[in-house]
Amino acid sequence: MSAHATNSMPDAISKAPPEEMVHIATDQWTQPFWDAAKQHKLVGAKCGNCGKFRLPPSPMCPKCHSQKIDWVNLSGEGSIYSYTIITRAMSPAVEPYIPYVPAVITLEGGGGTRLVSNIVGARVGDIAIGGKVRVIWEDHKDGMTVPHFELVPG
Amino acid sequence: MTIKDKTAIVGIGATPYTKRGQSAPQTMEELIAKAVLKAVDDAGLKITDVDGFAYFAGGHDTSLLTEILGIPEIRFTATLTGAGGGSAGALGLAASAIVGGLAKTVVVVCGVQQAVLRYGTYSSSHPADPYSSFYLYSGLVSPGQAFALLARRHMHLYGTTREQFAEVAMSTRLNALSNPAALMKKPMTKEDYFNAPMISDPHCLFDFCLETDGAVAAVVTSSERAKDLKQKPAYILASTHGGDGNWGRSLYWFNMPDDLFTSSGHNTVAKQLYEMAGVGPKDIDVAQIYDHFTSQVIMQLEDYGFCKRGEGGPFVASGAIRHKGGSIPVNTDGGQLSCAYIWGMSHVKEAVEQIRGTAVNQVKDAELCLVTGGPSNIPMSGLILRR
Repeated sequence: MSAHATNSMPDAISKAPPEEMVHIATDQWTQPFWDAAKQHKLVGAKCGNCGKFRLPPSPMCPKCHSQKIDWVNLSGEGSIYSYTIITRAMSPAVEPYIPYVPAVITLEGGGGTRLVSNIVGARVGDIAIGGKVRVIWEDHKDGMTVPHFELVPG
Repeated sequence: MTIKDKTAIVGIGATPYTKRGQSAPQTMEELIAKAVLKAVDDAGLKITDVDGFAYFAGGHDTSLLTEILGIPEIRFTATLTGAGGGSAGALGLAASAIVGGLAKTVVVVCGVQQAVLRYGTYSSSHPADPYSSFYLYSGLVSPGQAFALLARRHMHLYGTTREQFAEVAMSTRLNALSNPAALMKKPMTKEDYFNAPMISDPHCLFDFCLETDGAVAAVVTSSERAKDLKQKPAYILASTHGGDGNWGRSLYWFNMPDDLFTSSGHNTVAKQLYEMAGVGPKDIDVAQIYDHFTSQVIMQLEDYGFCKRGEGGPFVASGAIRHKGGSIPVNTDGGQLSCAYIWGMSHVKEAVEQIRGTAVNQVKDAELCLVTGGPSNIPMSGLILRR
């Protein structure tokens, strides 16, 4: 099955969803991820004891229960695990942001962890599972920065 | 010791189902109270016999219901955690209370008014926390969008197609056409399906359940007592809830292993359910499968063993879930896709009617009916009723 064949709005360019959709909330365990994002760095939470990655970063390792975390700098590359093309706005305010493409990204060097994000600036018809992507950053007016991904050519 | 066969649903009651907002100016408490009274009356009992309530998905306020309905004493009141996944399991919760001797007559009730709270958009009702922030920023603001990611992966791994999703929508619509209580009255062709607006590719409008108002209540008591009551008992052969730890928050997490990512998360619940019941998928005569999205009906059919993993698409395309001629008729009242969406409780009502032999689209001589709770974060749940 070609995933391309089923993509709606194939010739549209994917947008970023409105930044007002959410104000990122943090706790002491997730804060370092968002702090790194402000520096435009993608980091992974690796257990300081057994080396297992987890996402989102939670208070303890589900495998060994250690609370030590090594924040590892990731390459920012990844591959598309799955995606959906939002072709209908859930409210009128979202209309100008259609289409946007939420995607689950398997992070390179992240021990198999996946990040939910968006594929932006891509021709929608070119988006497919397995496609290579690279992180780009969107600075929000509220001071937070979120990761998005662009398709890597070739 | 388990709850196997020790209790029965002896009464069922529902308000009329209406489109979102049309139950106004009735209040939520009013809808629930009306459904409870109908269910108690159906059972041939009095409201003063009720001594317990069991809920799911946040539940309702027992103290207020007691005040409104004039119930003399409450001996059990509890809610399954999670969301719509608990609908079938709430019957098991009621059964547990009765088998454990905590209460004698427990009512499971759920009401929905989607003009007040649209479950289709969870961000507006649940402000971002440190965990939800990790998916909400991507603009995934409704379960139908999030489950589209699972559907897309299922299509990728197994070749599942939108034509197969369409069959779920069309088969369910066909059942609604002959059910006077169902809201959707227009036949649906494959052309209609493919002309429907795309919402969150691969989910189009007809892959989504309805947005409706209404309330449904079920009265549960011991099997022994059930024999002497007004209705033919629908025995609770088994009910389980929970889920695989690796499924976890599922559509709010997206880090499940590949085989679970392309599932409904019902794998362990189904296994426990069949074990408790002592039956298998081949023994089930009719199934009420939680249909918030067509793609998740396909994945539940796989998880409950009606077909192999990945074969749910071709299975439904073969006509297997049709009321007429299907090997396992599914959502015989028109389901949540075409009858009404009461967070799974309309499925419980339809299951009781199938077991009593009084359903509008009756499956002949139905002895065992499966009911599933909504694929969501843990818990999922299952229920098998027997004649």
